Amino acid sequence: MKLETGAVPARPGAAVAALASTARAPEPAISARGIEKSFGEVRALCGIDLDVPAGSVLGLLGPNGAGKTTFVRVLTTLLRPDAGSARVAGFDVVRDAARLRAHIGLAGQYAAVDENLTGLENLTMVGRLYGASRRQAKARGRELLERFELTDAARRPAKTYSGGMRRRLDLAAALVAKPPVLFLDEPTTGLDPRSRLGLWEVIEGLVADGTTVLLTTQYLEEADRLADTIAVIDHGRLIAQGSSDELKARVGGIRLEVTLEEGADRQAALRALEGFGEGQPAFEDGVVRVAVRERRGTIVAAVERLAAAGVGVDDLVLRRPTLDDVFLALTGHAAEDEEGSADRDSAGGGGGLPERSGSRGTGRSSDRGGARRSRRVRDGGDGGTALEGEETVR
Amino acid sequence: MRRFVSDTLVLAERNLVRIPRAPELLLAFTVQPIMFVLLFRYVFGGAIQTGYSSYADYLIPGIVVQNIAFGGFVTALGLNEDVHKGLIDRFRSLPMARPAVLAGRTLADVVTNALSLGVLLATGAAIGFSFDTSVGDALAGIGLLVLFGYAFSWVFAFVGLLTETPESANSVGFIAVFPLTFVSSAFVPIATFPTALRDFATYNPFTIIVDALRYLWEPGHGISGANVWEALAWIFGILAVFAPLAVARYRRATGGQ
Repeated sequence: MKLETGAVPARPGAAVAALASTARAPEPAISARGIEKSFGEVRALCGIDLDVPAGSVLGLLGPNGAGKTTFVRVLTTLLRPDAGSARVAGFDVVRDAARLRAHIGLAGQYAAVDENLTGLENLTMVGRLYGASRRQAKARGRELLERFELTDAARRPAKTYSGGMRRRLDLAAALVAKPPVLFLDEPTTGLDPRSRLGLWEVIEGLVADGTTVLLTTQYLEEADRLADTIAVIDHGRLIAQGSSDELKARVGGIRLEVTLEEGADRQAALRALEGFGEGQPAFEDGVVRVAVRERRGTIVAAVERLAAAGVGVDDLVLRRPTLDDVFLALTGHAAEDEEGSADRDSAGGGGGLPERSGSRGTGRSSDRGGARRSRRVRDGGDGGTALEGEETVR
Repeated sequence: MRRFVSDTLVLAERNLVRIPRAPELLLAFTVQPIMFVLLFRYVFGGAIQTGYSSYADYLIPGIVVQNIAFGGFVTALGLNEDVHKGLIDRFRSLPMARPAVLAGRTLADVVTNALSLGVLLATGAAIGFSFDTSVGDALAGIGLLVLFGYAFSWVFAFVGLLTETPESANSVGFIAVFPLTFVSSAFVPIATFPTALRDFATYNPFTIIVDALRYLWEPGHGISGANVWEALAWIFGILAVFAPLAVARYRRATGGQ
């Protein structure tokens, strides 16, 4: 498996694998009903129903504090739900917790590896804790290191690894027992784009092998690429579920964003774009936004109107739906969010709850900028569109 | 049960393998105790009247106990780190015996305690300490010390799980251990203490353990053999209280189930 290349292969047969194993095993690999969990006053999960067919990939998408991690912790037996029930790989998460653990793998945003152990020692330790002998565990560890291109680093303490290498090791640790169901909690949060791409390819390989994956992410792009089905979670509720195309269709169409020059007359800009698109143009943070019906000719027409009104334009962009838009459409958060979309991450985080007690690493918050950048929807649908799904005129 | 034993051993090994790779830990086990021995022997020692032929003979039983108490920090910090870096979650998601996480940690402490005990006794020998007793009693003292260290590991496991950050684990541990070790008979005879401190020191388990070691290693000097039994009572008392507390806290700290 190639990990560090820039190439982006098509997803290898995930849907086929899903169909095949669904036919064999009608019970979903993951099935949750009415899962609730509160931490003190804060309701982290308010009744979640979810099914993940065997062999498929579900992307659980939501902002910080939406309840993604809590939900994963319930499904991986780390947390007992207050109400509701869930089965994973045929075992009840509460009653059969001990047996269930032999059938799942968990990898997370923290790259839970022992930094002072080498890659091989980490995997050997995990293998032995799954009940394998030292020799078996070591052999399996070597095999996984090879597969994840960590062989060269096998004898180095994990603290010398790069972020991407750690995540790969963490993922390898989750795969030691070849679990049929894999939970990936924000597997690429905090990674640079290259490592992220490498990890995606690894995950795609697993999916091709028929592993059922539940993946949480803040990045629509990630869910878009890896998941067969995307479930959107916010404030502990599932607010939408469907394929990425279905979700984008619900979010609506294209939007024109005009960044005004400093000192430009915003009222004039709003008047100029009145009746131009589908809705009322709105001004926020120096940007005028308006929904438009179709992209053809839109930019030229907009530029003409603004020029005629004498409004100085700094930047002008046509945008396809982003995760922000999904949330805007599904939750209406942004409607009363006065700080603007750029702060929605932190607003969501502040309004929700920390997904887990204790201190948080700083890697998470410093990553937010990266999150926003890559959140723009990669447009695979109608060819010829820029990678980030937008056209820019300067 | 077999799983519990093998998982405990796997995790004890994990905790030991990492020590040489973390230089600050290695220093804590080796250089730090040596510094304390030299400090007390040569800086304070000359001014301390103990009634022993050499201050080294008085000091070593005290300093080995103090060292084991401070060594427990490694457990507190290590567990705290495991919780906050997500390793505990990994362990809990595995089909392993759950108490093995704490049992493996405290078992590893037995080994590290033995290691620093060896360093201390060698340093002690270099500055004039010697066992003034039978081999049996010398070994009995070492056994008592190892048991005490094991019991104390559970105290620190509890502290490490109780606190939010490694820094607070450190300061809570320090604030608890500092007065306990210094307001005891570990370094100076308690007869010179003001009344209140002397009362505290008399009932301080550290005084009792240190005196038990002196009874076993340097008999005479008016120390009663009852200290050995009292020390054992303390050891099992500490275990009986703190092992369940730590286990309960472990379950809570990691989300309870």
